[in-house]
Amino acid sequence: MTTLPDPRSLVNADYADGSIYSNPDLYDMEMDRIFMHNWIWVAHRSDIPEAGSFITTFVGPHPVVVTRDRKGDVHVMLNRCRHRGATVCENKRGKAASFVCPYHGWAYGLDGALRGVPFQDGYSGQLDKAKYPLVSLRVEEYNGLIFATFDADIMPLDAWLGRAKPWIDLFMKQGAGWPVKTMGEHKFTFPGNWKIQLENTTDAYHFPIVHKSFLDSVDGETQNTFDFVEGEGYVEDLGHGHSVMVMIPELVDLEADLDAPIPERFQELAEGLSKDYPPEQVRRIVRAVGGSGFNLNLFPNLACSMAFFRVLRPLSVTETEIRHIAIGMDGGPKLGNDMRLRLHEHFQGPMGFGSPDDAEAWDRVQRGSLAGRDIAILLNRGLGHEARREDGNLFSDVSAETGMRAAYRQWLAAMTDVTAACSKNEEESMA
Amino acid sequence: MSITLNEAVELVTLEADLLDHGDFTQWLSLYTEDGLYIVPIDPDTEDFEDILNYAYDNAEMRAKRVQRLLGGRAISAAPPARTIRLLARYRMLDTDETTCTLRCAQMLTELRQGRERYYAANVTFDLVRTETGLKIGRKVVRLLTSTEALTAVSYIL
Ligand code: FES
Ligand SMILES: [Fe+2]
Repeated sequence: MTTLPDPRSLVNADYADGSIYSNPDLYDMEMDRIFMHNWIWVAHRSDIPEAGSFITTFVGPHPVVVTRDRKGDVHVMLNRCRHRGATVCENKRGKAASFVCPYHGWAYGLDGALRGVPFQDGYSGQLDKAKYPLVSLRVEEYNGLIFATFDADIMPLDAWLGRAKPWIDLFMKQGAGWPVKTMGEHKFTFPGNWKIQLENTTDAYHFPIVHKSFLDSVDGETQNTFDFVEGEGYVEDLGHGHSVMVMIPELVDLEADLDAPIPERFQELAEGLSKDYPPEQVRRIVRAVGGSGFNLNLFPNLACSMAFFRVLRPLSVTETEIRHIAIGMDGGPKLGNDMRLRLHEHFQGPMGFGSPDDAEAWDRVQRGSLAGRDIAILLNRGLGHEARREDGNLFSDVSAETGMRAAYRQWLAAMTDVTAACSKNEEESMA
Repeated sequence: MSITLNEAVELVTLEADLLDHGDFTQWLSLYTEDGLYIVPIDPDTEDFEDILNYAYDNAEMRAKRVQRLLGGRAISAAPPARTIRLLARYRMLDTDETTCTLRCAQMLTELRQGRERYYAANVTFDLVRTETGLKIGRKVVRLLTSTEALTAVSYIL
C-alpha cells in the first residue's frame, strides 16, 4: 500500500520542502491533478495556419495531435488509435487529409472521426465507427494561444486567464501590426524537476548573477536596460497561479512612447527599414523587434517571456524539457524577423549565451536539494513590502518571489482539490 | 592548382585540435573576416539566415563566444566541458584554385561534472585560399540530433 504525500505539508505560503523536486509520488499526483485538470498550452495559431495543418505535441505526458479541420476548427486529440492503441502520427508537423494508423489501417479524419476500417466484415456488423473517434480534449483559444484540457468541468479559458489577458494582448504587440507567428524553437532538457523552471521565469533576482557572461557580450546601453533588479519594475500576482514580472517598465506597451530614441544596437535595423517604411512605422517595428519588457507566467506550462514563448514539459520527476519558441511578424520585414532570430540565438537555446547558464543553475538546485531532510526552499523574498493593488492583485518589487508564491498557491489548490482529483490515485492508495 | 584534400584536412584537423585544447584565440584566426560558424537546427536547409539556428556566428559573435568561454563568468563554462573530437570520412565535394568544399564526419565526446555526452555530426567546410594561407569561409555543423532536445552545449562544436 502506498500513502500519497500530503501537499499541504510540503508547500507553505513562503517556503516549500526540498522534496517537492524529487518525490516520485508527488510527481504522479501532479501529472494527474495539475496536467489533467488545468488548461495546458498546446500551440500557437500560426503553428496550424490552414485547413489540414497539424502538429504533434503533449499535454503533460499524453501525446496529442493538434489539427485544423476543413471548417477551420481546431482539434486536440490523443495520439492513440482506438483499435489497440498505436500512435496515429509520428510527424512533428505537416499537412494531412487524414491520419491512418500504420498497424491495421484504421483511418481518422482531421476532426478525429473514424472513417475507415480495413476488412470490416471481420466485425460482423458489430463495430459502430461512430463510437470510436480519436479521443478529443476540450480546446479553447485566446489571442492566438491554443489551450487544451482533459477536464470537462473546469472554468472556461477566458475566466481562467482572467487578469492575465491584458498582458497577453500587450505581448502580442510584438507583431507590430502583423499577426504574430512562431519561427522555430530551441528545445533542450535539463536533469531537474519542472517546478524549478516554473519558478525561473518569474525570478529576476538571478539575472545579474547568472547572466554575467551574457551581459558582458552586449553594449553598455543594453547592459543598462537589463540592469533592472533595483529598478522600477515589479512582480504582480494575476490570480490562478499566473503572474507578470515587469523588468523594463518602458517596454510594457510597445505602441506607447514611439518617440523614444532608438537604442544603438537597433540603429542599423532602423536605417535598413527606413528604405521601405515611414518613420513612425520604422519605430513601431524596431520596438517590436526588441521585445516586451516583461515575463508573463501562465500556470502551469507557458511563459510569454520578453520576446519568445517558453514551454515546459515534465518528462519525469527529475527531467524536464524546455522549448524556447521564437516569434516574429507574419508578413513583416525580413530585416526585422532576421534580427529577432539572431537575438534569440544570442541568448536562448543549448548554445545561447543565457540558457546554458540558467540550465546549470537549475541542475544545481536539483542536486543540492537532495542534501539533508526537512530543509526549506525559501520563497519569501519581497514579502516585507508586498502590497495589494485596487483590483486585488498582490505586487512587490521586480526581484520579489511574489510570482512563485502565486504559482505555488495555485499548485496547492490544484493538488488538494478533491473534486478535480482523478479517482485513480485514490483507488491505488486504498488498494 | 586546386586545393588538395591534404591541405584541407590539415586545416580542419588543426581546428579540431585547437578547440579540444581550449586555444580559442588561435581558433578565431582560422576564419576569414566574413566567415560564418553555423550550427543549424533544420537538417535540410541551406538558407540559414532566415531561419532559427543553434548558432549563426559572424566574426563579432565568434569573438564574443570565445570571450564567454575564456572569461570565467559563465557558470556553465566555468570550468568548461572537456571535449575530444574525431574527424573522419573526408570527402572533397568541390575544389578549384581558391575555394573548396570539404565534408566530413565528427564524433565528439564531452565530459562535464561527471557526465559524458556524445554528439555525432556531419560537418561541411567551405575553405578559401588567402594571402595568409587557407582559411575557413564557412563551417556548418549538422548535428545528427539537431531536431531532438539537446542539453546545454557551452563550448564550440
Ligand atoms: S492499432 Fe491502430 S489499427 Fe490496429
Ligand atoms: Fe535566466
